[in-house]
Amino acid sequence: MKALRKLVDKIKPNFQEGGKLSMFHSVFDGFETFLFVPSKTSTSGTHIHDAVDSKRMMSMVVIALVPALLFGMFNVGYQHFLATGQLVATYWNPQTAQFWNIFLYGVALVLPKVIVSYVVGLGIEFTVAQWKKEEIHEGFLVSGILIPLIVPVDLPLWMLAVATAFSVIFAKEVFGGTGMNIFNVALVARAFLFFAYPTKMSGDEVWVGTNEVFGLGGGQLVDSFSGATPLGQTAVATGKEFVIHNVAGATTSWWDMFVGLIPGSIGETSVIAIALGAILLLVTRVASWKTMLSVFLGGAITAFLFNTFGAESNTMAHLPWYYHLVLGGFCFGAVFMATDPVTSARTEKGKWIFGFLIGAMAIVIRVLNPGYPEGMMLAILLMNIFAPLIDYFFVQANISKRLKRTTKSINA
Amino acid sequence: MENLSSLFVKSIFVDNMIFAYFLGMCSFLAVSKNVKTAFGLGVAVTFVQFITLPVNYLLENYVLKPNVLIDGVDLSFLSFIVFIAVIAGIVQLVEMVVEKFSPALYASLGIFLPLIAVNCAIMGGSLFMQQRNFTSISEASVFAMGSGLGFLVAIVGLAAIREKMAYSHVPAPLKGLGITFIVVGLMAMAFMCFSGLKV
Repeated sequence: MKALRKLVDKIKPNFQEGGKLSMFHSVFDGFETFLFVPSKTSTSGTHIHDAVDSKRMMSMVVIALVPALLFGMFNVGYQHFLATGQLVATYWNPQTAQFWNIFLYGVALVLPKVIVSYVVGLGIEFTVAQWKKEEIHEGFLVSGILIPLIVPVDLPLWMLAVATAFSVIFAKEVFGGTGMNIFNVALVARAFLFFAYPTKMSGDEVWVGTNEVFGLGGGQLVDSFSGATPLGQTAVATGKEFVIHNVAGATTSWWDMFVGLIPGSIGETSVIAIALGAILLLVTRVASWKTMLSVFLGGAITAFLFNTFGAESNTMAHLPWYYHLVLGGFCFGAVFMATDPVTSARTEKGKWIFGFLIGAMAIVIRVLNPGYPEGMMLAILLMNIFAPLIDYFFVQANISKRLKRTTKSINA
Repeated sequence: MENLSSLFVKSIFVDNMIFAYFLGMCSFLAVSKNVKTAFGLGVAVTFVQFITLPVNYLLENYVLKPNVLIDGVDLSFLSFIVFIAVIAGIVQLVEMVVEKFSPALYASLGIFLPLIAVNCAIMGGSLFMQQRNFTSISEASVFAMGSGLGFLVAIVGLAAIREKMAYSHVPAPLKGLGITFIVVGLMAMAFMCFSGLKV
C-alpha cells in the first residue's frame, strides 16, 4: 500500500498544471481517487465527510457482482457443453478437467463483453470529463459490469458497444453525469438493445453459445437442442400445466433454476450467486433492504393473484409465484437494479411503493404481454419514470403534515 | 363489461396519447415544469376529453354518417370542422362554468383551459373514435376517460422528473426543451413495455 502511495505521489507532478501530461489530469485524478480516498476538503460552509465516498460505494457493488459474474461465466460454458452433449459430469460432481474447460469457455465469451463495455463507457466518461475539465465520475464502474451481465451471451460485441455508448451519452452525460441521471444507465442500454435489435435480444437462439471459441468447446448440437429460456418456453405454452426443459430437452427442476443452470442473460440466472451479492450490499447498507424486500413482495403477491384468478389458457399466469421469483431477471433486477440509489425513490416510504410496483409490473408484463417474457428490466425502467413522482407525493405530504403541526402549535 | 375495462386500461397505458401516438406534445412539453400546474392541465384535459368525445360520438352517429340525418345525404366530409367547433365551443363553455362556480380552480388553470381547445390529444381522441368505429356511447366515454388519464399520468410523471432535474448539471446547450425531449424519448422507450399488452 505504501509503495503504491509513493509511486502515485512520484508521478503526480507530471499530471498537474504545467506538467508534461497535464492534459490527462482528470484521468490521473480518477485513478488516484479510485485507489485512495481523496484528502480534499470543502472550502465553504460546514460539511461532514464520510470516509466511504461514492467511489468506495461503487466498488462495493462491483465486488457484490463478482459471484454473479463468475457463475455467469461457468453457466455459459455449462449450457454450451450441455447443448453439445459433451457434459461428462454433473455439476455437483464436476471432473476437474472439464470444469476448467467449461469455465474457460465462459470466460472466453464473457470477458470480451466486459472489456468492450468498460472501454467504450469509460472512454466516453474520460473524454467528457477531460472536455468539461471536471473530475471523472465513478458511476460507470458499476454500469460497466452490469451491462454485460444483463445481455444474452450471443450478442455481437459491436451492438454492445453501440448500446453502451448510447446509454452513457443519452441516459447519463446529458443529465450531467453520475448521480443526476433519471434512468438506470445499464437498463437503458438493455432496453435500447431490446428494441433496436430484437432478434439478438430475445427468442430461442441467443441464450446459449453454440460455436467454438478460441479452440474451446464446439461440436455438434444434440438433436433435442432448444435454446429457449424457461420464461420463453412458458410464454409460448398453452394450458394450465407447464413443463420446462433444459437446453438438451430434459426437464428442469426448480432447484436447477435456483442454482442458475438455465439459459438466460449472462449474470441473471443464479439466485445463489445473486444472494451472495445481496448479503454484501445489505450488510454494507449500500442497497436499501426496503426496496429489495418490496420488489419480492410485489412480485410474489401479483404472481399469486394470477395463479388464483388467471385465465386458463395463459400458462404464464399459472407459473407458481416461487418459480416467477427465481426465473429471468427478477432477482438480479431486484438486487442490483431496483436498489440503484440514484434512480430509485429516495424517500423511505416511497421505496416501499417503488419496489412493490416494480415487482407487480414485472409479473404483469410477463403474464399479459407475450412479446416480452423477460419483462423485469422494462418494469424497473418504467418505475424509474415514476420514482420522482412518488418522492414528490411523500415530500409534499410531509410538508403539509409539518405545516399543520406548526400552525397548531402557533394557535395554541 | 370486460370489453370496457380492457379498453380503459389499454387507452391509459398501451395507446397512451403521449408515448404511443405523440399527440398533445405542445402542452405536454410547455406545461410540465412543475407538478401542480401539470396536474391541473392533466385534469382539465381529462375533463374536456370526457365531455367532447361522447358529444362528438353522438354527432358522428346521428348527424354526420351517411343516411342517418336525411336519406341519401353524406355529411362525413364535415366531421373535422364539426369536431373542432364542438371542442372549441365546449372548452369555452367549460371555461365560463368553471369561472362562475369555482374561481379558485379557474385561477389555478389560468391560460391552460383555453389552450386545450387546440390540444391535439383532444382532437386526436375524437378522430380515433371515428376511425375505430366505437359501437356505443359508453365505449366512447370510457376511451375518453382513459386517454385523458393517460395524458395526466404522463404529464405529471414528466413534471416530477423535471422538478428533480433542477439539481442536475445539464450541459448548457441542452438546458430546457432539449433535455426534456431526451427525457420524453427515454420515457417512451420505457412505456414500450406495454405495447402488445393483452388485457
